[in-house]
Amino acid sequence: MKTFFTVLGASIAFFLTVAMVGLTDWDRPPLAVHQNGFRGTAMAQVHTREAVEDIRDANRAPAPADPAEPGEELAGTTYENVQVLKNVSVNEFNRLMASMTEWVSPEQGCTYCHNTENMADDSLYQKKVARRMLQMTQHINSSWKENHVGGAGVTCYTCHRGQPVPANIWFTQPGPNRPGGFIARNNGQNLAAPSVGLASLPYDTLTEYLADKTIDNNAIRVNATTALPTSKGKPIQDAEKTYGLMIHMSEGLGVNCTFCHNTRAISNWSQSTPQRTTAWHGIRMVRDINGNYLEPLLSTFPPNRLGALGDVPKVNCTTCHNGVSKPLNGAHVVEAYPELAKSTETANAADPQAPVTAPPVTTSPAPDQPAMPAPAPQ
Amino acid sequence: MAMLSFERKYRIRGGTLVGGDLFDFWVGPFYVGFFGVTTLFFSVLGTALIIYGAALGPTWNIWQINIAPPDLKYGLALAPLQEGGLWQIITFCAVGAFSSWALREVEICRKLGIGYHVPFAFAVAIFAYVTLVVIRPLLMGAWGHGFPYGILSHLDWVSNTGYQYLHFHYNPAHMLAVTFFFTTTLALSLHGSLILSSTNPGKGEVVKTPEHEDTFFRDTIGYSIGTLGIHRLGLFLALSAGFWSAVCIVISGPFWTRGWPEWWGWWLNLPVWR
Repeated sequence: MKTFFTVLGASIAFFLTVAMVGLTDWDRPPLAVHQNGFRGTAMAQVHTREAVEDIRDANRAPAPADPAEPGEELAGTTYENVQVLKNVSVNEFNRLMASMTEWVSPEQGCTYCHNTENMADDSLYQKKVARRMLQMTQHINSSWKENHVGGAGVTCYTCHRGQPVPANIWFTQPGPNRPGGFIARNNGQNLAAPSVGLASLPYDTLTEYLADKTIDNNAIRVNATTALPTSKGKPIQDAEKTYGLMIHMSEGLGVNCTFCHNTRAISNWSQSTPQRTTAWHGIRMVRDINGNYLEPLLSTFPPNRLGALGDVPKVNCTTCHNGVSKPLNGAHVVEAYPELAKSTETANAADPQAPVTAPPVTTSPAPDQPAMPAPAPQ
Repeated sequence: MAMLSFERKYRIRGGTLVGGDLFDFWVGPFYVGFFGVTTLFFSVLGTALIIYGAALGPTWNIWQINIAPPDLKYGLALAPLQEGGLWQIITFCAVGAFSSWALREVEICRKLGIGYHVPFAFAVAIFAYVTLVVIRPLLMGAWGHGFPYGILSHLDWVSNTGYQYLHFHYNPAHMLAVTFFFTTTLALSLHGSLILSSTNPGKGEVVKTPEHEDTFFRDTIGYSIGTLGIHRLGLFLALSAGFWSAVCIVISGPFWTRGWPEWWGWWLNLPVWR
């Protein structure tokens, strides 16, 4: 009997070791490491050279469409039921529609959103969603330009990547369906969820921190701000939720914690990198998008587009970033589409002849932006 | 100077690895040997360079003195003295001094005619250090991946290096190393308390024998590894702790660049329930 159990135990250990070593997708040198702190602080982004090239190739921005012929005619007067882009020239409008098809539904074509019998018809829910998404894109490129997206901006392609539904959307996780039993409650954790990088951390941290636009600004902060405790402080479960959110941000941007933090004092802004400020605003931007642009579409989406709990599909950092710290390798995608850079619902806003509120809108395509990795501050 | 009882056996000629009889002498109670000379050379030079580096730095606060490795941009080349070059020379001196000391231990073992357990054990500690400042930087392509020499600065390095892999406690070799470290202390505390209590009996009682010690642990935990066995176990546990520490850092970066929690995907991907 003893021999039997010895052999059994040894076999299990042997096969687990083989599985552990063999099933793991190990990396290997050569590495491509970007330093982003003072020497010797170990603030650096570690990737293999192979992974850097793969991720760069996977995030190439598409070439912008040929510039539209100049024209005075406005889409709002020529076409029926144009609500968002009515102050865009007809040529500009058609160019954008063609680009949107390439960005969002290259296989399905125009009919993904439009009833081809009557292009103005709003019967397809996709068209109503697309209209709201246009407003969202303009909002991101104008209101969040300074604090998050910068001159690069976003287009539909930033998230959609040629798919009607972006690959990296999320829903509230209902958790395991266990009405009772030995482990009836899991405290919302221990599921090895991809949203927290397979850690045992709380798996639905996104709902709490990214879905609620009215959340307290300090909800994520768990570090004390005083040397000695002045109150009970936050429970360790809150720290784990924050940790889960931070792992999501790292995974979404393809960076590690030291991209933003010097972990000797994680909460200290003066020891953090400038990227942390951008990320702080990014969290607010995601809440803004989810709360003001996606939640209101709840009644527009058909039930099969909603989550298990009937919630709308939502965005997080990964939705745009797709594994790189600057989406689409930092390409200035919005430059070639000035109509996406700001609201076009009121006159003047996008009129190339009246550059009152904005610099002259150029119809020339953006210079072919070389795919750049995020600059590593030295 | 009076000799200790075992020194008569120790103070014999021969057993040297290098230099023959040239350095085979004692200074006071200390054996010199070729490696004693190299140890002295490297440690004096290295320490002097550390003090020089501290003098160049902004502070004499012992906690904050920091001699940092070069920027990653220098790769595996030499860096200017004040921009990490000092760190490179100090590292060379440290490896030289530690290795010399280990080899001096070998020579002493040969004089005493005993096994190489002591130099071997020290070699594992040196191996862990060399892994940190030589092997891993070589694999990652830059000396800048070594840790800085400073009391607080090296701790900051440890913290950031851990967070480079999002959650270092999921590193399987780190788990092993930590477990071995704790088990070492557990074994030492069990063994130490046993020896202290058996050799310090209460008033009117006699010093206890190994049979008594064995019986105590057989009664308490069902097993006693024995007087010789406990020292073998202690050596194994301690060396394993150092060895797996070296493994856990050398795989972080060269062989795994993502978050450590993700590594456990192999478990989720076992063909049994995939």
